[in-house]
Amino acid sequence: MIKNDEKFIGYIFEVAWILPSVAIPVAVITAVVLTAFAVGIRVPDVAGRIEPKAIAVTAPFDQPGLRELAPGKYEAAIVAQVFLFTPNEIEIPAGSEVTFVLTSRDVIHGFKIVGTAVNMMVVPGQISKLTVRFDQPGEYLIVCHEYCGSGHHVMSGKVIVQ
Amino acid sequence: MAVMARPRGMVREEVVDRFATEKSIAGWNILVAFLALALGGLMGVLQVLQYNGIDLYRPLKAILPGGYYQGLTLHGVLNVLVFTTFYIIGFLTFIAAKAFNRPLASKGMAWFTFYFMVAGLLIAAVPILLNRATVMFTFYPPLKANGFYYLGLTMVVVGTYFLLVNLVMTYRAWRKENPAAKTPLAAYMSIITMTMWVIATFGIATEMIFLLIPWAFGLVPGTDVLLARTLFWFTGHPIVYFWLLPAYISWYTLVPKQAGGKLFSEPMARVSFVLFLVLSVPIGIHHQYTDPGISQIWKLVHFIFTVGVFFPSLLTFFNVVASLEHAGRSRGGEGWLAWIFALPWKEPSFTTQVFAMLLFAFGGAGGVINASYNLNLVVHNTSWISGHFHLTVGSAVALTFMGITYWLVPYLTGRALWSKGLGLAQAWLWLIGMILFSHFMHMLGLHGMPRRTMIGAAPYVLPEWKLLLPFTMIGGLLMFTSALCFLVNTLMTIYAGRREEPAEVPFAKALSGPEDVPAVLDRFWPWVLGSLVLVAINYGPTLYFLVSTGRFNIPGLSPW
Repeated sequence: MIKNDEKFIGYIFEVAWILPSVAIPVAVITAVVLTAFAVGIRVPDVAGRIEPKAIAVTAPFDQPGLRELAPGKYEAAIVAQVFLFTPNEIEIPAGSEVTFVLTSRDVIHGFKIVGTAVNMMVVPGQISKLTVRFDQPGEYLIVCHEYCGSGHHVMSGKVIVQ
Repeated sequence: MAVMARPRGMVREEVVDRFATEKSIAGWNILVAFLALALGGLMGVLQVLQYNGIDLYRPLKAILPGGYYQGLTLHGVLNVLVFTTFYIIGFLTFIAAKAFNRPLASKGMAWFTFYFMVAGLLIAAVPILLNRATVMFTFYPPLKANGFYYLGLTMVVVGTYFLLVNLVMTYRAWRKENPAAKTPLAAYMSIITMTMWVIATFGIATEMIFLLIPWAFGLVPGTDVLLARTLFWFTGHPIVYFWLLPAYISWYTLVPKQAGGKLFSEPMARVSFVLFLVLSVPIGIHHQYTDPGISQIWKLVHFIFTVGVFFPSLLTFFNVVASLEHAGRSRGGEGWLAWIFALPWKEPSFTTQVFAMLLFAFGGAGGVINASYNLNLVVHNTSWISGHFHLTVGSAVALTFMGITYWLVPYLTGRALWSKGLGLAQAWLWLIGMILFSHFMHMLGLHGMPRRTMIGAAPYVLPEWKLLLPFTMIGGLLMFTSALCFLVNTLMTIYAGRREEPAEVPFAKALSGPEDVPAVLDRFWPWVLGSLVLVAINYGPTLYFLVSTGRFNIPGLSPW
């Protein structure tokens, strides 16, 4: 069956490579699924649609800002537009859990809080939502990280954790 | 290029050149591609300078009224759309015909492909240059460009379809005469690449034709942003395989021969290509992990399939490196790793392509991080991503295409490469420049620096970014020097290269060749079908949800 040794040795090498080539992706998938479901580090999910024209009359964006839902639990409703976030500064005590709820009035914007796992696109017509806990006091930079026009690089904000 | 400038008969004086059309088309496409890369690359230099406080946009205001963002749009469109697409169409036209050892079925269609793409390019170029399409190469609505931008880009994409038609016609004619033979490897791979690409472009074609073009020309009042974005990424991810697979064709079918050896395994090479056909498209949502309005479940499914694509990539890694090892040992190299030094490092075409592979190994590893669902939250839309794709499209692809050019332009023109030394300097400069640039872009991304942002004018630059930014400038300038060396070398080859009889196209034989290829790895339909079924499963529910809940009422804005 084996025509020549060189080919047989070739097959052995192929198999020896293919096994880890399967094992590595499987390990990556396992690790990520564990962090997503056991540790609970999730990406944004479907959180509903909104009419950009009706932002001013749709809760929670009719009154953008920080709301305390329960002790230590907050909701920050933020509206993005060229080239600012409203509000662009949020102050909370250390140890708070904040749910960021955003939408856009005009074009697509980005919302990243540097040093945290908050990273989402803000899309007109859609509501973006992510929750994060701030344990370390300090100033966290918020940047718009999606090109939104000639003033994109000035669009920013901050979270101040006391 | 010179092939076209001289009378046709002079390319090969003793015989009528059967491949004169393919050679001319390859030459013209390469010319357009590298003109695009030259201008696009220049825009890149302006960007790294701006990041470091040297603003050249002000003196250039007359020709670049949109400044940084217009330049960035040019950088992206020219480098990742124009350079890649034209080079690929030229290279595949040529290499598939050579592999079949017969000219393409329709010369007229081959020229039509080129003219149609050039027409599209010119139509799209006008609004970009007039600062009416400063929307980046991703053109996410509701950023609204002039309608001709979308129309022109669509024409470039549609033009490429005719190459697939032509390849299939050529294959049929070849098959009639060779009923029992296995399709030549490079030809099989070319058809797989173009088939994958055509399936992939369903997304962008739908977005352009049904959403963006009617909207930009004012026929409909609004559009649905998330649907458009999802259709974009339907094509936007597999487009990277459209760039990469032609480089793989070179690594599999040509580089082993150039290295002085043989391809390790042709069956394994075919396995990886059919897996790319099946798996490239149904994974695009991994670009939308941070998007609202798309379910976590489908994001997770696309993640799992994306990691699946890592498998054919690892097969390629093994097969290509094993081929290089075979070459090294054939040349008298020994030891566990010392055979590496026996490889032909003095040949620019070989060296640039091996550097491309080396940089791609890091790009691939970074890509797994990007694709890893929640891990993406750390890096999404930061300069990490820019660092990543400069390793992939900016190295694996661009450097390989330069390496191919080092033998292809001499082949096309019948002139020897002007300077091997300059070619080697070019390869090393790109390697070092890219290592610096991409490493520091990755680091800046981990420190939160956003991509596509005029950092030099941003009010929020963090102190740690300031420490890292100068290295991106050094890297960028080294790469630009490398690109200049390349252009000078290519132009000097065409106009002043020593005349010589063209060498043969360096197709490699295989240690385990066509005789070991099972029939299913020489067929197309089972894999096309597999691809379509997976696309339907992985995209069907999300697209149905977006279309059925879509409101198509976002009016759009041109805020630049």
